[in-house]
Amino acid sequence: MSFCKLILTNLRRHRVRALFGVAGIAFGVAAMLTVLAVVLGAIGMFRNILETDSQYMVFERNVSDLFFSSVPEASWQAVAGMPEVASAQPVLFGIVNSPGHPVVTCFGVESDNARVDGATWLAGERADFGREPDTVYLGLRAAEFMEAGLGDRVAIGKGMFRVGGILQTQNGFEDGGVFFPLDLAQEYFHREGLASIISVNLKDLSEGEAFKARVEAAFPDLVVLANEEFASNYSQFKILTATAWAVGLCAFLLGGMSVANTMTMSVFTRIREIAILRVCGFSRRQAAMLILGEGGIIAVLGVGLGLLSGFGLLLVLQHVPQLQGYIQASVSPFMIVGISATAVLTSLAGSIYPAWFASRIQPAEALRYE
Amino acid sequence: MSEVMSEHSISVENVCKSFDGGRIPVLKHVDLKIRHGERVALWGASGSGKTTLLNLMGGLDLPDSGRLDTFGLNPALEAHRLRLRREVVGFVFQLHNLIPYLTVKENILIPAVALGVPRAEAEARLKETLEILQMSHRIDHRMQDLSGGERQRTAIGRALINRPKVLLADEPTGALDEATGDVVFELLRGLAEDIGVTVVIATHERRFAEACDRIFRVHSGHVEEVSR
Repeated sequence: MSFCKLILTNLRRHRVRALFGVAGIAFGVAAMLTVLAVVLGAIGMFRNILETDSQYMVFERNVSDLFFSSVPEASWQAVAGMPEVASAQPVLFGIVNSPGHPVVTCFGVESDNARVDGATWLAGERADFGREPDTVYLGLRAAEFMEAGLGDRVAIGKGMFRVGGILQTQNGFEDGGVFFPLDLAQEYFHREGLASIISVNLKDLSEGEAFKARVEAAFPDLVVLANEEFASNYSQFKILTATAWAVGLCAFLLGGMSVANTMTMSVFTRIREIAILRVCGFSRRQAAMLILGEGGIIAVLGVGLGLLSGFGLLLVLQHVPQLQGYIQASVSPFMIVGISATAVLTSLAGSIYPAWFASRIQPAEALRYE
Repeated sequence: MSEVMSEHSISVENVCKSFDGGRIPVLKHVDLKIRHGERVALWGASGSGKTTLLNLMGGLDLPDSGRLDTFGLNPALEAHRLRLRREVVGFVFQLHNLIPYLTVKENILIPAVALGVPRAEAEARLKETLEILQMSHRIDHRMQDLSGGERQRTAIGRALINRPKVLLADEPTGALDEATGDVVFELLRGLAEDIGVTVVIATHERRFAEACDRIFRVHSGHVEEVSR
């Protein structure tokens, strides 16, 4: 018989109630893990698209989303001609739907684009990119969900296009998307002469500040950001991350309330038992620690179950065909430690009132009236 | 303190206690002193204030006024109350007050856990206590498997595990049939002789009171020693 055994015995005796507490915390952990992993994974994928082949990005100032950015051809030609620039590649983003799939991301790129170079061509020839009219090139997962092969005609939005190749990248967004030759994309999206961004590589990275100053002086309606600046400043990323944390914390709030409810009920139905323990020499602190200990164990079990459920859910999500490979979960050790610590703190916070109540039980009074 | 300690286990001086904000007076200016190793009966009808007096002596409750001293500790102080309950006093209740889902062994060991007695020593004390109580064969049984007498013996074991100086028994035979009550009472009386613990028994039964060294009659909140 030890203090820990007493805690475990109490939990075992009220196992259904304890299970509800564990489930509450597990729900919070699983929700936070899933939401954060998916959102941060999505952000990572999008960053990866932008960072694959460039050091700097040039896009229209004050746009809420890169899909709305317009960089005129004259500007990107001028940027390409600046002395610091090694290469400048325009990319036009577009979103359409296709039968059965509400979102298909389209990338309009020139034929010498580095991301097309870096992809593994599973069907078609890299050298043919942009040579055939009305021809697009599908990411691997897009080809799978559109059930299209080389030479097939596919419906993308309101247009019909021939599939000129199927390519695989390391990025879920790109794999679930469609690559257009830039001029075809401009025509299709009615954005002739425009790109969404310019991906820029410099001859010498130390000239970055000079390059930014030169572009912003010449084109006040454009903004230049290094990739890491973009990741930390892009409002969509901020909104997504904040939303993920908000949803996760709400889930934790529910979990914490579940533990508070469980532990409060547990204490209220055990007033006599706690009074007996106090009669037998348990201090106020020991009575409180008994309840906090139960809350702690509920938290540990909840974290374990929640992490298992969360990872299981992520595994399932990654294989749901309708998600088109857009789910590339990003789970870091920091995230797991953060979520686990939040769960334990939430559970302990939920146990504070019941523990305080337990510590205030007056043995004689409790035994007299219970 | 030392003077009181040397002569008396328990000293109660001019103690008053009421409930419901003073509307229900239970003890009125009570005085009594109990010597070391004595077997004392607090004898009186139900509701006379016996349990309240025991609770005050053992630090389970606070007096409204007056002075209490149990083995040099003042039950009015929280720190002293804790020491009293852990190290000085063992309680036995009419309704046993055992934790039903724990075994005999676990119930008896609760005070040892509270006091932090090392496991080996606690196990040794448990073995000895169970032998005294003749409960060794019931060590792993839960309360629902025990008779009323066995439950009360378990409660006595719990009261003894920390080697208290005083045993405070509140109607320990009240929930038992006559024969079992006699056995439990004899056990308590024997403990006082065998291990030298002071025993204070609250009882409404005259025959048990008369078997003690001294009797204090508790009546309408007053306490007076019965001459014999």
